Amino acid sequence: MLLPLILNGLIVGALYGVVAMSFVLIYKASQVVNFAQGEFLLVGAWVCWWFLTDWQMPFWMGFLFTLAFMTCFGIILQVVVLRPLIGEPVISVIMATVGLSIFFQALMKWIFGVFAKPFPPIFSAQSVDILGLQVQPVYLLSLGISLFIMAGFGWFFTASKHGLAMRATAFDQQVAQSLGISVPKVFAMSWAISAVVSAVAGVVVGVVNGVSSALSFYGIKVFPAVILGGLDSVVGAVLGGLVIGVLENVAQYVDAEWLHWGNMYAIAPFYALVIILMIKPYGLFGTRNIERV
Amino acid sequence: MSAPAPAPVAATEMLLEVNNIEVVYNDVILVVRGLSLAVLKGEIIALLGANGAGKSTTLKAISGLLKTEEGEVTRGEIRFAGERINGIDPHLIVRRGIFQVMEGRRIIADMTCLENLRLGAFTRSDNQVKSDIDMVYGYFPRLKERTGLAGYLSGGEQQMLAIGRALMARPKLILMDEPSMGLSPLLVKEVFGIIQRINRELGVTILLVEQNARMALSVASYGYVMEQGKVVLDGTAAALADNEDVKEFYLGGHGAERKSFRGLKSYKRRKRWL
Repeated sequence: MLLPLILNGLIVGALYGVVAMSFVLIYKASQVVNFAQGEFLLVGAWVCWWFLTDWQMPFWMGFLFTLAFMTCFGIILQVVVLRPLIGEPVISVIMATVGLSIFFQALMKWIFGVFAKPFPPIFSAQSVDILGLQVQPVYLLSLGISLFIMAGFGWFFTASKHGLAMRATAFDQQVAQSLGISVPKVFAMSWAISAVVSAVAGVVVGVVNGVSSALSFYGIKVFPAVILGGLDSVVGAVLGGLVIGVLENVAQYVDAEWLHWGNMYAIAPFYALVIILMIKPYGLFGTRNIERV
Repeated sequence: MSAPAPAPVAATEMLLEVNNIEVVYNDVILVVRGLSLAVLKGEIIALLGANGAGKSTTLKAISGLLKTEEGEVTRGEIRFAGERINGIDPHLIVRRGIFQVMEGRRIIADMTCLENLRLGAFTRSDNQVKSDIDMVYGYFPRLKERTGLAGYLSGGEQQMLAIGRALMARPKLILMDEPSMGLSPLLVKEVFGIIQRINRELGVTILLVEQNARMALSVASYGYVMEQGKVVLDGTAAALADNEDVKEFYLGGHGAERKSFRGLKSYKRRKRWL
């Protein structure tokens, strides 16, 4: 009984990990706590859905178009909204991202309606047998994509010169500039990558569950994950995501079997959040002196 | 009495020319006032002076990093290879060939040696980065053995890494700020030896800011002495090393025969050019 729960938790948790990584990416590079992370998933999923249904594109094409769109989306958001706020108090920046979150949620409802819409069927519904469990291929694909993105992050930050530049900027902006790195470009790049990666997660969830405003809830679930892992640790974000994914599934099981408090699936991660903040406020891998908001 | 004599043709061309600049921090604090200096291609030029004279500020004015500290060149101009560069963003100045090795080394502590070196080559897109890394290891063999994080390197190794990182950008001019800071005398010797080799073998011009005036003058061909934001004295390194005032204030040549400080007049000790 426990195995399918954990497997399910890991599949969802890997997605949390991916979204948490893209959240941490923005925080590390540009010190912005992005409350609109969930809306990146939402916008990405809706745009992809729009390409596939209204434009009747094949999946791969619509997907690539979505990625291109999200790249521009991330850059424009950073340049238009966040760049003028550089040097302003943290609280102003946070309010701006909260505003973005509300704005895009409303915009998506206005354009695409309030009801969940399914993606056109992309994969056969034939389930696969793993360790005696029936698993839908969509879930395996989701796990595969998550792992691929994580590996991609690993490569980007250690092998590519722009990844190194991003780390240098996170470490010390003055030094980065003395090395010939353009800090505004790094900021824009971090938002673009974050938006693209979140959109991929959004499309994956959309393919599995259909697209609806519930997608933006992933942006909220990211907080327990990154607080657990440490606000400025990419590795921590992945681990935090996996732990939170498993935790909510196990919590639901425990609740259904013994506690009967109800709705533990949605709430357990936030109990965890409060407990982590009490006993280890900087998370597992976080830097001690980062500012809490 | 006929046509004016033609200006003597300079044997080497002018690389950097700082012309009467004034630097102001936060719109009010005047740090450098009317400073001029010239750096010829292929030379090592020393910029000496006491704490707070404005040496580092001058370097930051040249590299553009002043912009990151609320500073601004309000008057005068800085020309590099014939083009005016004041007001340009620091990352673009690096692309033009000026690289500053900042005071306190400022290596990226949570990266490895190799990653720091590769970052030095950020502005380059040619395929010789690998061979240049080997070139840097040639100058600093001990860096090759260090595979851990750069933050765990010793001070001397960090300084070597900072210089190596600068070489990775293949700059025409390196601005070096206090390379001897916090190093043991033996290491200072080693680092300065390498600075001299880099200058000779790679043809990189170096503008050197240094507290250790004796060391700086031993490698430089020409020197400037700064005080309170101005150049108060300049000359060939040999002439400066012979200058009585330089000897007294920076080289510590006087006082060897002095048995006690009794009777020493305070104005003498606090003597300034301005």
